[in-house]
Amino acid sequence: MKESIEARQARAGRLFVAPALTLIAVFFFVPVIGGLVLSVTDFDIYAIGSPDTARFVGLRNYADLLANPVFWKAVWNTFYFVFVGGPLSVLVSLVAALAIHSRLTRLPSIWRTVYFLPVVTTLVAVAVIWRYLYHPRYGLLNYGLGAFGIPPIDWLGDPHWAMPAVILLAVWRTFGLNMLIFLAGLQSIPEELYEAAHLDGANDWGRFVHITLPGLAPVTLFVAITTMLGFFQLFAEPYVMTQGGPLKATTTIVLLMYEQGFRWWRMGMAAAIAFVLFLIMLAGTLIQLRVTRERAR
Amino acid sequence: MALLSGCAGGSHDRVTLRFWAMGREGEVVQELVRDFERENPKVRVIVQQIPWSSAHEKLLTAYVGRSWPDVAQLGNTWVSEFAALKSLEPLDTLAHQSLIARDADFGGVWDTNVIDGKLYGIPWYVDTRVLFYRRDLLKAAGYDSIPQSWDGWRAAMAAIKRRAGQDRYAIFLPTNEWNQPAIFGLQSGSTLLADDDTRGDFEGPPFRRAFDFYLGLYRDGYAPPVNNVGIANVYQEFERGTFAMYITGPWNVGEFRNRLAPTTPWATAPLPGPQGAASGVSLAGGSSLVLYRESKHKAEAWKLIEYLSRTESQVRFSHLSGDLPARRAAWRDSSLVGDPALRAFETQLTRVVPTPKIPEWEEIATRLLEQSERAIRGAAPPETALAALDRDVNNILEKRRWLVERERQRAGTAAR
Repeated sequence: MKESIEARQARAGRLFVAPALTLIAVFFFVPVIGGLVLSVTDFDIYAIGSPDTARFVGLRNYADLLANPVFWKAVWNTFYFVFVGGPLSVLVSLVAALAIHSRLTRLPSIWRTVYFLPVVTTLVAVAVIWRYLYHPRYGLLNYGLGAFGIPPIDWLGDPHWAMPAVILLAVWRTFGLNMLIFLAGLQSIPEELYEAAHLDGANDWGRFVHITLPGLAPVTLFVAITTMLGFFQLFAEPYVMTQGGPLKATTTIVLLMYEQGFRWWRMGMAAAIAFVLFLIMLAGTLIQLRVTRERAR
Repeated sequence: MALLSGCAGGSHDRVTLRFWAMGREGEVVQELVRDFERENPKVRVIVQQIPWSSAHEKLLTAYVGRSWPDVAQLGNTWVSEFAALKSLEPLDTLAHQSLIARDADFGGVWDTNVIDGKLYGIPWYVDTRVLFYRRDLLKAAGYDSIPQSWDGWRAAMAAIKRRAGQDRYAIFLPTNEWNQPAIFGLQSGSTLLADDDTRGDFEGPPFRRAFDFYLGLYRDGYAPPVNNVGIANVYQEFERGTFAMYITGPWNVGEFRNRLAPTTPWATAPLPGPQGAASGVSLAGGSSLVLYRESKHKAEAWKLIEYLSRTESQVRFSHLSGDLPARRAAWRDSSLVGDPALRAFETQLTRVVPTPKIPEWEEIATRLLEQSERAIRGAAPPETALAALDRDVNNILEKRRWLVERERQRAGTAAR
């Protein structure tokens, strides 16, 4: 009996991917299926004590969720955060990357470190400091605004300002990572292109629009998608800074899920929220991929 | 520590107890625990201090994650939740064998630990709300003391408001606290929930009466319709006479002494009730000590609870923490008897009732708050707010109704 080379190669291939597939199956598919099953039950605090009190409730968790005004408030807040904070974060990191990449900046490695520092600082420490910055009476931010004659703003206490305050903090905290990715993208654009354009008489702006931006397109797509996915899961900032208040102005989908799951112990409902969030994020990613592909054509 | 373990002999027969306590209590109890270890050289106690703000979540997640202490401090409104999780050891037999008993305690607080007829916690310290008031403002309005019935109380508030004018008020009832409407409801005889705590009873006549009384205080301008944030600094405003009365707890006795000018004449009184003093009930608060069902050292753990329950430990703990002792014998101590501000608390503690003892109560309380705020702001008439409240509460309690019904059916089948 003689196996063909193809068959042996195929078998070897399967063996090689087996460990990775097993890991994904155990640590991804099993929990996801577990979560899906949980979301059609009313698993709650009674069920933790005696599991036989958990009941199959079909789609009731989903129906209750869609009928809950707090959920829609959380969806609105999350979209507000993603669509205002996301582009802002990408823009700030692009500008920072361009500034560091430019030859005019001295000691780029120091700037790189400084901008990256917030990414690796623990959030709770950061939140304590930002709470001081945002303090309506003693905060540095209002002090600065006062210098321009702007009356003090109750950043975390006013429902209109709480989300902008959270966005500002989140952008500051996350742009360093995207900046590094943009820097890598900038460094991969061949220098010859700029030289050729220079010889052809293109000015700075022309070179930026026709060389830098297209060169960065794949990196930008990557950054946009990862930022969006990360921002959809906003939780820690409002949890530490505002606990979702004032008047639910900073309650996000994940914060609502946490409240349902770990404050009221409605695990079934929390799992349903997780799935709705998953669907929203999946749709967001597909739309983004679609748009970029259309443009590439 | 090295010395201690040195005299304890072989370490194999030493028992280590894990004791979780919250905030300030967790800090000061260390001192008492050291004396307990001296008395019981074979037992070592590790006190884990948990901040109050995250205590509830931490205790629950720790239990679900199968990591529990032997003894813990629980806010007594949490006992029902942990009993539902089946995480606590019933203490009836143990308490019966020692001198710890309901008669030696404040009955209403003791009852918060009794779930479905079983005792799950021993009160450690107690807490309730009474009326803090400005003696001078009350006197100027023609009253020497707080009237004991709702009608008299209202008349006194009206008299104070007449003298106070536009921007000053008779009483401050923060609109972001559920405690006030709940207290008035309990005072007027409502149980808040009905049918074995499986349905809301907020539309029932007793609660409706209380709700009207509560809303009337805002409508007639006796209370400002603002929350704790709106008043900014309670102590400053109380000193200025912005309001003459305030319903709050023992923690504010110390705060008032520290923060108010010593010349500000203030006092405390038990809460008035709809039909006079006896109906003037308040909430049974405080913390209990519980024993975990899965503990491997229950005998030693119970010894620790007994030690902390002794009269002298209770007095010492009260001095260290500022908390009010649960054992009535400890109240004979001079520092408590001699403190005029605390006398109202001792009287009030004989008239306290628990809020419904079910895991869902905390969530129900947040709904009570939401609907009360709506009615105060005039966003909904009282009957609409209460109907919405009952509907919400009945939704929350759906699971509990099912469980109770199932229990009944099982009991029925067994009887046949």
